Amino acid sequence: MVHTIKGTCGFLGLPRLGAVAHVAEDVLGKFRDGDLQVTPDSVTVILESLDCIKSLLGHLEESEKEPEGSDEEIIAKLRAIADSAGPETTLDDMEAAFEAASVKPQEETMTSAQTVQAELDKAVADAKREGAAKPAAAATEAALPAESKIANQNIRVGVDLLEHLMTMVSELVLTRNQLLQMVRGQTDNEFAAPLNRLSHVTTELQEGVMKTRMQPIGKAWAKLPRIIRDLSIELDKKINLKMIGEDTELDRQVLELIKDPLTHMVRNSADHGIESLEVRQAAGKPDIGTVTLKAYHEGGHINIELSDDGAGINMEAVKKKAMDTGVVTESQLETMTDQQIQQLIFAPGFSTAAEVTSVSGRGVGMDVVKTNVEKIGGTVELSSVAGEGSTFVIKIPLTLAIVSALIVEASDQRFAIPQISVIELVRAAGNAEHTVEMLNDAPVLRLRDRLLPLVSLSQVLRIGEEQGEFDNESETFIVVSQVGTYSFGIIVDRVFDTEEIVVKPVAPMMRDIGVFSGNTILGDGSIVMILDPNGLAAAGAKSSVGSAADAVDEDTNAAGGEETTALLVFTSGAGAPRAVPLALVARLEEIECKDIEISDGKPVVQYRGQLMPLVHSQEGQTIEDEGKVSIVVFSEDNRSMGLIVDEIVDIVDDVLNIEINADQPGIAGSAIIDGKATDIIDAGYYLTQAFTDWFQSKATRQSADGKSKRLLLVDDSPFFRNLLKPLLSAAGYDVTMAGSGDEALAILDSGGDFDIIVSDIEMPGTNGFDLARACRKDDRWKETPIVALSAHTTKLDFERGREAGFTDYVSKSDRDALLSALSQSLTMMGDAA
Amino acid sequence: MSTSNKSGGGDKIAEGKVGDQLEYVTMTINGQWFGIPVLSVQDVLGPQKIAMIPLAPPEVAGSLNLRGRIVTAIDPRMRLGLPPRDENETVMSVVVEHLGELYSLLIDQVGEVLKLPSSRFEQNPASLDARWRDISTGLYRLDDRLLIVMDIERLLNFDKSIAA
Repeated sequence: MVHTIKGTCGFLGLPRLGAVAHVAEDVLGKFRDGDLQVTPDSVTVILESLDCIKSLLGHLEESEKEPEGSDEEIIAKLRAIADSAGPETTLDDMEAAFEAASVKPQEETMTSAQTVQAELDKAVADAKREGAAKPAAAATEAALPAESKIANQNIRVGVDLLEHLMTMVSELVLTRNQLLQMVRGQTDNEFAAPLNRLSHVTTELQEGVMKTRMQPIGKAWAKLPRIIRDLSIELDKKINLKMIGEDTELDRQVLELIKDPLTHMVRNSADHGIESLEVRQAAGKPDIGTVTLKAYHEGGHINIELSDDGAGINMEAVKKKAMDTGVVTESQLETMTDQQIQQLIFAPGFSTAAEVTSVSGRGVGMDVVKTNVEKIGGTVELSSVAGEGSTFVIKIPLTLAIVSALIVEASDQRFAIPQISVIELVRAAGNAEHTVEMLNDAPVLRLRDRLLPLVSLSQVLRIGEEQGEFDNESETFIVVSQVGTYSFGIIVDRVFDTEEIVVKPVAPMMRDIGVFSGNTILGDGSIVMILDPNGLAAAGAKSSVGSAADAVDEDTNAAGGEETTALLVFTSGAGAPRAVPLALVARLEEIECKDIEISDGKPVVQYRGQLMPLVHSQEGQTIEDEGKVSIVVFSEDNRSMGLIVDEIVDIVDDVLNIEINADQPGIAGSAIIDGKATDIIDAGYYLTQAFTDWFQSKATRQSADGKSKRLLLVDDSPFFRNLLKPLLSAAGYDVTMAGSGDEALAILDSGGDFDIIVSDIEMPGTNGFDLARACRKDDRWKETPIVALSAHTTKLDFERGREAGFTDYVSKSDRDALLSALSQSLTMMGDAA
Repeated sequence: MSTSNKSGGGDKIAEGKVGDQLEYVTMTINGQWFGIPVLSVQDVLGPQKIAMIPLAPPEVAGSLNLRGRIVTAIDPRMRLGLPPRDENETVMSVVVEHLGELYSLLIDQVGEVLKLPSSRFEQNPASLDARWRDISTGLYRLDDRLLIVMDIERLLNFDKSIAA
């Protein structure tokens, strides 16, 4: 209490009152800490000082000014007591105190302390009361009266009441919208004028009630400086936290929801982002790392920027981690941009912290942050520059209760799409600028320079007639929407206007339908569902649009379904176009002919600091002296080779159905791709031309047999999986691929049916031996032949393989042996049965 | 809603029990009479405009707007394994509350409110279709018909229905 008086006085410029209160506080503080024995004398002095304060207050009330004069005497007394404190307090002092105090010093002192408090309380209360009675008092001068006036103007209201008010206002807004819709278009309606007024009042009421729910974002930040301080001590880093825009207000519901994600992100920035002192010094950065939090309004949203001047995101670490955790595959990574790779940190179960510290890396990763932010209709974006730091931008709506939404129609049903996720609208029709095109049955739209994947609302929601073919002649609208950095288009039949809607949760039994975030009643009284673009994107990705690499990898457990493979089509010499599975291709390059050198009679080129052998895709092909040639680069384990081709034609996603088994070396077979007969090249043939030992370092397998037997191919290297797929298909097998022993077991358990299994031995996790043992234990797979592939083919290896349950054991480098081993094993099986 | 002024025994007021008398709103679905405790019924509505909800469970017929509140419409026919309603037939709604949410049960006709002594309440026969037993607590043998008492809680408990 004394402290409060002191503080307020200092603030308001009342030096006398402040001085007395200050010293009194010192003394009381020492009592509290036990530094000073409470003695009757000291209590007396304190009481005196209280009297002094009271009288000063009395003056204040009367004159609104501090009285002239000095309180030196009382201050000196208080000082004397305060200074007598400390460890020097002698036994004598204490004894004297005890004597002077009555028989029960404890009680006495307690009482005195209480008295002091009570007196003080009373004094201030009096002052307040009297201050309140004089409304004319100038607030600047009269400290306490002003305070009490403000106190009278604030009331505490339960959150429940506010929530209820908000609900009622929401209903009012709805009713208003309904009325407006009814009167719209009737100019001479007698209700028009009062309705207009009602409309204005409602809007203001809505804003007012919304304001009551607003709280400064600083509230969610309050704990952060402390967290950063603790962190900097724990991690031995120097970190400065800058907070800008603490006063930015947002709905308290939203505030609560972003509090934890924000804290998590700030921790992350300090822990992963800011480098250690040595690293910073080495990089020539200031010793003190800075984490900046910035909040500002933009449109109907609040942006919260969190940036640090740390190391930025370590792309290599992210890539490695993403592959280790199986978030993406090697081949997917190849095709990803840096931006996309950075986004991987939002993937579930992802954490780049090398080890679990007490600070972060506990598995509650950025995916939780992202989920939480998206739950409230917000987005998180990330940009990071290596060595310069990272910036996260969280964009969240101001309030959850009322949102602006675009009303659209699909198959005669209306839906609302929150305006925040709508970027633009595009009209598409056969004769218009934009047309919906089909790419492997998935609709896409060419929008400026990009190919935008589309989701048909009717199809995702399974409403309206079953349209097998998408009718791209008729007029449709595309709502271009963005979720994080992923843009996609939603195909709808019609677009109406935007409307302010009140989001209401859907009934519990429909909560697991991912594509709705709620429902609402429109102005005309009809109910529409509110679409959740996140859910739509997910649903769309599942049903149609997948990246090329996805398509290749996802065919692992398609039992009989038509799998598509992304193929790179090129021409080489005359004759049919040729194709190679895209997953095998590392990149496409154009090189100057004059850069091609001859080494050991073979053409090579210097490529990324290494000599890369070049192989002609056509016999008798010659290299010109001038100009450029296109090469297709295959690469694995730091070794690359280039296949010289005439022209890269296209990348198509098609069902790979090899039809003719070609005799020509280097051709695995022919298939119809994009309506044309195309030679599928046998990448393995060219690889062995470039490096004769290509297959000895890694696992491979090949197949042969007549009938279409189902074959499960297990290998951890996507390169070899994809290499073998066309070969085995050409040999007549129906190939299913698995990237690991565990995946293979999962496929087997989920009811896949296979005549033969071909497995690599060396794999992370469940290896080939484990897989074979597991199969032998399972009744269904007890009899199925399993062929092992290994680079090691000594007698001992054979023995081990047979012990584990392998039917046969072949060398990776010997393709013919594999094919014959496969057919032999199957024949044996046939005989046995 | 009439309330009997009988004293005592009001331990199950919420289920429409007054003394040893229970009050039920009666209704028909596909010719069969059903009863719902009168106090759990919030509203009885005539034909309403029902908005379809895509991807919803089959029991969910859609949603309707009841004075600004969104009410989920449930078609008990699906739960009972009855044929879908003819398009021309009239649909009435009985609105009930369950865990703070409003649901409207789509029925064919609403009958009178019956006051029945609890002593006449009987267990369902074991031979009753499991789907019917699942949503009903028992029945009354009335003079001219059987009245099956519908258990709202069980009817609206969807997890169970999916598991069953």
